[in-house]
Amino acid sequence: MNTPAVETFDITRRFDDLVAVDSISIKVEQGELFGLLGPNGAGKTTLINMLSTMIPPSNGTARIWGVDVTNQPSRVRQNIGVVFQGTTLDDRLTGRENLDLHGRLYGLPKQLRKQRIDEVLELVELDDKAGVLVKTYSGGMMRRLEIARGLMHHPRVLFLDEPTLGLDPQTRNHIWDYIRRLNHEENVTIMLTTHYMEEADQLCERIAIIDHGGIKALDTPENLKDALGGDVIIFGTENETQASLLCKLYDENGSAGHVYYKDDSVSIMIQDGTHQIPHLLKIAIEAGIDILSVDLHRPTLDDVFLSHTGRDIRAEETSDVDRITYKLQGRRR
Amino acid sequence: MSDHGQGFKQDIHTAFNTVYTLWLREMLRFKRSKSRIIGSLATPLFFLVILGTAFNSSFQMRGGGGQTDFGFLAPGIIGMSILFSSLTGGVSIIWDREFGFLKEILIAPVPRFFVALGKALGGVTTAMIQGTLLMLIAFLLGVEYQSYLGMAASMGVMLLIGLGFIGLGIALASHTESHEGFQMIMTFITMPVLLLSGAFFRIGDLPQWMKTLVYLDPLTYGIMALRYTLIGETEIPINICLVALVLFALTTIGLGGYVFGKAKL
Repeated sequence: MNTPAVETFDITRRFDDLVAVDSISIKVEQGELFGLLGPNGAGKTTLINMLSTMIPPSNGTARIWGVDVTNQPSRVRQNIGVVFQGTTLDDRLTGRENLDLHGRLYGLPKQLRKQRIDEVLELVELDDKAGVLVKTYSGGMMRRLEIARGLMHHPRVLFLDEPTLGLDPQTRNHIWDYIRRLNHEENVTIMLTTHYMEEADQLCERIAIIDHGGIKALDTPENLKDALGGDVIIFGTENETQASLLCKLYDENGSAGHVYYKDDSVSIMIQDGTHQIPHLLKIAIEAGIDILSVDLHRPTLDDVFLSHTGRDIRAEETSDVDRITYKLQGRRR
Repeated sequence: MSDHGQGFKQDIHTAFNTVYTLWLREMLRFKRSKSRIIGSLATPLFFLVILGTAFNSSFQMRGGGGQTDFGFLAPGIIGMSILFSSLTGGVSIIWDREFGFLKEILIAPVPRFFVALGKALGGVTTAMIQGTLLMLIAFLLGVEYQSYLGMAASMGVMLLIGLGFIGLGIALASHTESHEGFQMIMTFITMPVLLLSGAFFRIGDLPQWMKTLVYLDPLTYGIMALRYTLIGETEIPINICLVALVLFALTTIGLGGYVFGKAKL
């Protein structure tokens, strides 16, 4: 048996009265690309901060490559690379200088340092911008440079906290490519946090859904979706009252699988949806509820998330954009 | 720091490497901030030229001795410039926190004490370059120093003053999270420390209450030592000055390193 890359044991973190991470025990195998999916405030960053020895756990502990984060933080740090949510570059230095300082801090000898700088710059395609001040980089370039820097010292585990937060879709796709490549080519175990469904779905081999500091579900994206049953049917109704009424009817009737409503629409997770729609429609019509629209699709991670937390993760995204805008404005003094 | 098992030699190597890396960073940044260098020289030069001329004409009667007030003022102004730039250097940890770079340092597998020390030495180097430039400009403006040896020795004094105040800056900044905090530090430390230091006046004739404060001000000993090395005049014996400066530097660097080690994100 290989040592797990990351293993947590009832790891817990409290801030005064708030339990940010509530006795989480997970295991990430070597070489995995593992995702923590959850809304803002779910405890993802707190968990990453504990795993990267930035803050101590209140209870429980974790081992990175077999080394305990509470007893041997320095040895853990030698083994990990971390890309934090906000930028941690020195923007008055050039890209190459940032990498060089990092290499020095991690004790890379001169030759190796030079070689690694060229390698990681090439990996994230920043070779032509290496001599330019970071101040002039775009958001996506800065993120790439941070990822490159996190790799400099050949970490065994790379933590990425919201690697594509606030980036435009095109840049996001690019970053995904880099992450996949370094997972394969550099053979780094990667643990990332995200609240973007597509990111978790397309990028991660396994996903832990985290909400209110706890793990709600953990599996491959495929298995998580399959577990919901074959199809998702969404009925649009006139208003929330109607939706809740319909939801209750289906629940009592027992003819549908999992049923949820949100605002004016009702989601039904069910096997063989195409043949169930007429029957379900009949129930609605008999109860005098108007169905305004019908949608049938294979379950997505959105549905998975909704079924495990009772909430729609997309509702969180607006506030998120505000937060980023605010951060960027704060930087421009 | 405690969980390094690779032996003493490796620890020394890591320590040296850490100090050098952080020093290097300050130098790289300094190299690019030409406007900051000019700005940091301008303020002391205004003081020197305007105050020096004014003192010269209004207190002509009092001094009596050979040195003009211009010469008396120069070491005080150099000390002031060292005070400003070293405190700012230490307090720049607040910017590092605000712009995120602090995380990159804190996550590195190196002892934080040496991180703080490296940053301190970087800031002190910056301060000493400014102090030395100022000393030379004052010389070109006609201030007479007693000897080249004295000029060289004054750089040692600059080093001690710089270390003392940069350590203080680091200690204060390690738990300060905003630039409002920075303003508070600068206002409530810099001005009293500067004005009470004897940079602008002789301390012999002061009322007793103020004299007490002057003797409590660490910069006083720095100014006196600078004055001793540069123009051969001091109101406090040079060995007392040096002991006070060394103790001050050791205390604040130790404190700064300790407090920085406990710093949170």
